[in-house]
Amino acid sequence: MADIAVHEGAHAHEHDAHGAHATSTGLSNNKLAMWLFLGTECLLFGGLISTYMLYRGRLGNGPGPGQVFDIPLTSISSFILLMSSLTMVLAVNAAKEGDDRNTRVWLSATALLGALFVGGQVYEFTAFYQEGLGFTTSLFGSSFFTLTGFHGVHVSLGIIMLMALVGIITRSKVPGDKAEVVELIGLYWHFVDVVWVVIFTLVYLIPA
Amino acid sequence: MSAVTEHTDHGTEAHDHADHGSHPTTLTFVKVAIILAVITALETSTYWWVEDAHTVAMITLFICMAIKFVMILLWFMHLKWDSALFSLMFYIGVGLAIAVYIVALMTFHFFA
Repeated sequence: MADIAVHEGAHAHEHDAHGAHATSTGLSNNKLAMWLFLGTECLLFGGLISTYMLYRGRLGNGPGPGQVFDIPLTSISSFILLMSSLTMVLAVNAAKEGDDRNTRVWLSATALLGALFVGGQVYEFTAFYQEGLGFTTSLFGSSFFTLTGFHGVHVSLGIIMLMALVGIITRSKVPGDKAEVVELIGLYWHFVDVVWVVIFTLVYLIPA
Repeated sequence: MSAVTEHTDHGTEAHDHADHGSHPTTLTFVKVAIILAVITALETSTYWWVEDAHTVAMITLFICMAIKFVMILLWFMHLKWDSALFSLMFYIGVGLAIAVYIVALMTFHFFA
């Protein structure tokens, strides 16, 4: 009599056809770690936004928000970043369907829209500097450039990740589950968009 | 006679994409993006009438921000369909951030 124990968990692939994972939670550890990371990022941006709120009225001898902000330009930037979230989610959909070509197209479109957003931010910073608002001009300037600069760095890192992903998909060298890799980078990208939603309202639209 | 014992790992039964309804189509995402764009346009419009109706503008801006925040999380980040554990991870971070920084701002008499 053979006593055969079939441990389905042990035999299950890391990510089976139904999306279950051979982990203690049945969820992807990578995805769980990404959500945990995004949760901690809320604390980072919360600190930067709070600091800005505290210091936005400390103008020193420099210009204030009402004198330098160009709301129509920033609105266009916000719209571009929102649309990049749409192209990102379409890339995730294409990856889940195993459509490499469309995945690369939508990822590239997302990176392009992200680059446009960063370009707009560089233009905005340059214009502010020419109008007399530098990083050390006032507490308002310091907290504004730190907050929006940190966000810009996050977008730039996202663009690098997107372009790297396009490269490794082209060479068919994606480690593990391709759809999950695209989804993880997508989560990061959408988070950057969510943060901008808050910054756009609290920093640009609500007057000091 | 052989006895086959199946030890099912119940953890693997949980799916990343817990079915809380049908999965979204491309059209759904496009509709969400259009709604987000319209809300952004509404937010931007407050810039021109904020002087006349300050309180209304503030309330409008906060409501618009909250709607956009939640829509991106639920639809674009798939929290509507994913495991509640992912939502928990993120909402703990958001909740902590809001609580900690409201206390910090109160310490500096920001709301006074």
